[in-house]
Amino acid sequence: MGSQSDRPLPPEPVEPDGPRVGVDEWVASADRLQDRPAGVAGALRRAGEVVTPPIQLAIFAGLAATVPFWLGTGDLFTYGIFVLLYVLLGLGLNTIVGFAGLLDLGYVAFFGFGAYMYAILSSDHYGIHWPAIVTVPLVVVTTASLGLLLGIPSRRLLGDYLAIVTLFFGQAFVVFVNATNPVVAGKGLTGGPNGIADIDPLSFFGLEATTRTQQYYVLLVSAVLILTGLHFVNQSRTGRALRSLREDPLAAGAIGIPVNRLKLMAFAIGAGIAGFTGCIFGTLLTAVTAGNFDIPILITIYAVVILGGFGSLSGVVLGALVITVSFQFLAPENPQNNARVLFYLLIVLVIVLLLRSWWRVALVLAATVALGVAVQAAVEAVAPSWAGGPVVEGGRLGDLIDSWVLIPEGHQDFGNVAYVALVVAVLAVTQLRPSRRIFALPAVAYLAAVVWETSFVLQPAVARWILFGALLVVLMNVRPQGLLGTPRVEIV
Amino acid sequence: MSTEPAPLLELRHVGKTFGGLRSVADLDLDVGEGEIVSLIGPNGAGKTTVFNLITGIYAPDEGEIRLEGRDITGLPPHRIAQLGIARTFQTLRLFLNMSVKENVMAAAYGHTKAGVIRSVLRTPGMRREEREIERLAEERLAFFGDRLVGYRWGQPAYSLSYANRRRLEIARATAVNPKMLLLDEPAAGMNPVETHEITDLIGRLRDEGGYTILVIEHDMHVVEGISDRVVALDHGEKIAEGAFDRVATDPRVVEAYLGTTGTERK
Repeated sequence: MGSQSDRPLPPEPVEPDGPRVGVDEWVASADRLQDRPAGVAGALRRAGEVVTPPIQLAIFAGLAATVPFWLGTGDLFTYGIFVLLYVLLGLGLNTIVGFAGLLDLGYVAFFGFGAYMYAILSSDHYGIHWPAIVTVPLVVVTTASLGLLLGIPSRRLLGDYLAIVTLFFGQAFVVFVNATNPVVAGKGLTGGPNGIADIDPLSFFGLEATTRTQQYYVLLVSAVLILTGLHFVNQSRTGRALRSLREDPLAAGAIGIPVNRLKLMAFAIGAGIAGFTGCIFGTLLTAVTAGNFDIPILITIYAVVILGGFGSLSGVVLGALVITVSFQFLAPENPQNNARVLFYLLIVLVIVLLLRSWWRVALVLAATVALGVAVQAAVEAVAPSWAGGPVVEGGRLGDLIDSWVLIPEGHQDFGNVAYVALVVAVLAVTQLRPSRRIFALPAVAYLAAVVWETSFVLQPAVARWILFGALLVVLMNVRPQGLLGTPRVEIV
Repeated sequence: MSTEPAPLLELRHVGKTFGGLRSVADLDLDVGEGEIVSLIGPNGAGKTTVFNLITGIYAPDEGEIRLEGRDITGLPPHRIAQLGIARTFQTLRLFLNMSVKENVMAAAYGHTKAGVIRSVLRTPGMRREEREIERLAEERLAFFGDRLVGYRWGQPAYSLSYANRRRLEIARATAVNPKMLLLDEPAAGMNPVETHEITDLIGRLRDEGGYTILVIEHDMHVVEGISDRVVALDHGEKIAEGAFDRVATDPRVVEAYLGTTGTERK
């Protein structure tokens, strides 16, 4: 085309039925190219197309069912059971926020309401011991009705306004449970700050779920059933209607979709699932207190849904898995090497994402290692006290770090200075042109390692949150739509 | 038109004011069964407000709107859609992140039944209904011939070209199974060939689909080509009504569009 640019182009054939009107074919071919990206990402996406939702569910259920066989009881509780709890909570929130697009910040109150209601009806608190087979359905129906009630403002309130109203509701619940504690039948209804203890275990027709393994399987079966149900709802006319009202409520109304009724329905379903999860949660801990249903839990549930991708059911499962496992993995009672390994992986991941070329990544990593060895050797020769500090928690990894990372002995402020220097260096790197970044990266990566080994390892509780936050920031930067979400186009 | 058919849609003394601005005033409008009526007028004349009043997006401040003799004034939009009025929007309002076919399938909500519980249990009745919805959507899309054919059905609506989005919006409106279609500037932003096509299409919608059509259009070739009757609005008031030739040459219409000789309109 370019070589013949002097000649005028022949006029386009204009036929009413010709195939070349508009740019549709071009758009379609561009889309097909986008649908077939090369490399690892493309292969992963193609694999995702082959593995249909029923197969995904079968894989999840099959793998999850084996967990009690290879995980100890303690780990089964902190990992297995908590992942499933967050799966259930995420599924409920996903119905409200993901399917219907209603920003509900009071969601955790439904969880708490379910737990407290079960606790009041099935514990020593009032001496009422209704069997779970009665209490659980009752709780689900009541929480769903409560969701309906809270959903009523959603008829008029949109977006941020609804968020504030529901946030208030969530906080009001916590205050009510914790501080108000009205006296009913000669006893504080919610037990105040002490909560309610000695909650009955789940029992169905005389079978009690008391061991962690039994509880785990109850949760797993519930999660599989709810996943299946929500998948079918999503595929039905109700699911389509919810999606369309999330996309454009006005247009949804104009094609005969009762927008308000569907919003309420989404609220009720989400609340019902949260209430159900609350029941199980109460029996797991055998006690409930207001602190279990406060903002941190809400944020974690949101993190699960956002990381997985709004509106994606498999995303909720993956999000719950990543969030719960990484968070528990970094817990202070776990070995420091957990956090350390994750930290170094994170650095490598960031470098990979910044450079996106294997040989450059290899170059930078090699330079980082060389720089470390050189600095360590030089400092040891000149001023040994600046390099002789002990590595927190040794082991094979510790030995490697000892000969690579500069850890001063007895220079108190070094860690703080290095930390500030790291922040400055990171900010400086973001200002560099991408082509020059590669020269600065080894030094910054090494500085980050020094900061980790001299400051963060000494404060595991703080390091855990920083690392967790950094992990989320990196993941959400890589996939803003969430791990399994579909990228949404707002305006074209 | 020699004999007036019984009006399908009647507007009687309908008025709507926004703040101090009288957008529609004392409007009487009849649309007979099987008619194609065009609503014309300069920008800001209140044409889209009339659509919004008919479809329940706004409730009129005064007056009455009847569909088949039944009062629909002030009903919520989804009820009016279910009773038989579907519309398209001037500024396209598709469900961009849903597939082409899903956009059309969603419009079957009002005349289908399966509830949440039946959907979870996937009862035979629910599955039969789903198949019917899918067939309906394919049929409505097939109305556009090779414009919205097979391979596009699974694509998200945002991947469609502008003209195809307009077509998809019409397909979605017809899937409501309405008696009446309200088309808001269906030819806006189309090239001459596409405009020609849309003119044919509106005729086919009436002849083959059996819809009564009320259309807002600025392109006078389209208006001339399709209209049984033309209604001209200016400042929310009806200034002329009748056959295209008569309305197009009416001095008040000419004045509304072009202004009186020598003086410029605001």
